[in-house]
Amino acid sequence: MKTTYLDFEQPIAELEAKIESLTEMTESGVDVSGEVTQLRKKSAALSKSIYSKLNAWQISQVARHPQRPYTLDIIAALFTEFEELHGDRAYADDPAIVGGMARFEGAPVMVIGHQKGRDTKERQYRNFGMPRPEGYRKALRLMRLAEKFQVPVLTFIDTPGAYPGIDAEERGQSEAIARNLYVMAELKTPIICTVVGEGGSGGALAIGVGDVVQMLQYATYSVISPEGCASILWKDAGKASMAAEALSITAAKLKPLGLVDQVVPEPLGGAHRDLDMAMENLRQSLRGALSLVGESSLPQLLNRRYERLMSYGKFKESRRA
Amino acid sequence: MSWFQKIIRPKIQRRETRKTVPEGLWSKCPACDEVLYSADLDNNAHVCPKCGYHHRIGARRRLDTFLDEAGRSEIGQTVAPVDTLKFKDSRKYADRMTEAAKATNEKDALVVMEGTVHGVPVVVAAFEFRYMGGSMGSVVGERFVRGVDAAIKGKKAFVCFSASGGARMQEGLLSLMQMAKTSAALTQLSARRQPFISVLTDPTMGGVSASFAMLGDVIVGEPNALIGFAGPRVIEQTVRQTLPEGFQRSEFLVEHGAVDRIIDRREMRRELALLIAQLQRRKSPVLE
Repeated sequence: MKTTYLDFEQPIAELEAKIESLTEMTESGVDVSGEVTQLRKKSAALSKSIYSKLNAWQISQVARHPQRPYTLDIIAALFTEFEELHGDRAYADDPAIVGGMARFEGAPVMVIGHQKGRDTKERQYRNFGMPRPEGYRKALRLMRLAEKFQVPVLTFIDTPGAYPGIDAEERGQSEAIARNLYVMAELKTPIICTVVGEGGSGGALAIGVGDVVQMLQYATYSVISPEGCASILWKDAGKASMAAEALSITAAKLKPLGLVDQVVPEPLGGAHRDLDMAMENLRQSLRGALSLVGESSLPQLLNRRYERLMSYGKFKESRRA
Repeated sequence: MSWFQKIIRPKIQRRETRKTVPEGLWSKCPACDEVLYSADLDNNAHVCPKCGYHHRIGARRRLDTFLDEAGRSEIGQTVAPVDTLKFKDSRKYADRMTEAAKATNEKDALVVMEGTVHGVPVVVAAFEFRYMGGSMGSVVGERFVRGVDAAIKGKKAFVCFSASGGARMQEGLLSLMQMAKTSAALTQLSARRQPFISVLTDPTMGGVSASFAMLGDVIVGEPNALIGFAGPRVIEQTVRQTLPEGFQRSEFLVEHGAVDRIIDRREMRRELALLIAQLQRRKSPVLE
């Protein structure tokens, strides 16, 4: 598949186009392989220099890259025997969240994640990865199933946010999200959450409470989208890049705040540029997280999960009222 | 002064300055346009005596109208906000905090108190909407949790009056995590079979609505309060339809099964005292 380049990657795109046309020449009998090698080096160096100083807004472009691996890609790469399970048993099946049993390195697990679409039709079908209440209730049902059969839950987060629609409100979007937060806080089985793309607000957190929370290097996690924040606080959605910076939405910013345990490194240029490497890194971090939670008894685990939730927040304590 | 008055000074002197009406003595009801004497409004729990419209009400006033007078004590007032992210939009978060503190005389958007309602012991949290739109940041989350802890310790019911636009953007993801923190605290209250009554007042939106506010054992709405996850404007922009009449109002939520019932603010003390006593299998409170 041809790589799609983001705006700030245009210099790389131009070099890559040149390399491609030269490669075609080589195929037609003219030997320019020397130049191609030169250009490849140049392109790699350019990527490195651009990616070494990405700002928050550019990182959110990478997190939303149309070729970014989605939950079903991750399942295909890292899991076997995926048995997808559908529906909330009350209203409908929501294609914006997928889930089911699978095996990770041979062991049964429950996998749940947001799912975006690749082409226009699928994007619409998946509602751009924006779940409705039935999506969160499906996730909840599957988590309860995992608890019952004592298998760990692995969630993959990648959503612009919960769907802001009339029907979603009518069916209790708020309650669906709230219920998940409540249940995940006390679910009697390990939960490992990975933000793989966009961690969009409450819609992300609704499958994001767990024992280990990790983020891919170029994923973002935010209380509100940079555009939404800009339009409220700056009264101008065009100030999204300033909002992205101010909101501290990148893995590098969130780890020191103690909100993310681990950052999973991505290949140069983002996960889509070298899917194999990206998936291998993710596999290793998931393996590490699973073995970490496996070391504790369930009461210990739940206790630590609770203490961790209680530790969230920064404030000062004054002696006087 | 006319030429006539100049010759014969009137016996009855007109006072030079008109007595001005003190500011805020009168206010107009936005629902029925009735001009109301502020003291009457205040005595009526800020509900319009004419049409029943529920005016927004500050945290302290709310606690004052709800709790018995004796035996109140505040919880978590020593917890104060910090600007961890050094957040700055068109203005600095630090400046917004100073301004909000000045306007409300509060250090953050949630006030928690221990006390009784018709003799039934409770811990009550109330949002101060005028403090940055009642937004939930680290302090709101921490005070909420301390309130829940106090309820657990005292074997009391926990009541929360929500009035909030949602999570506080200026504290970034720390604010989002308060949704998880507050919801988790409620699991502990629940495990001990102590009731959580969530009262949704105008407005209860976003991250507050999508966490503890919707986790009440009983969820009560004040009349005509705006309650929802996404704001009406965002929804309208997304779906490109005009929203139905009464959408996201308490009555709409009752109709859709999301809220147990609507209680008039003037009946709140009585109704919640009776309900909490029943849930905790206490004897009926004496209503004075």
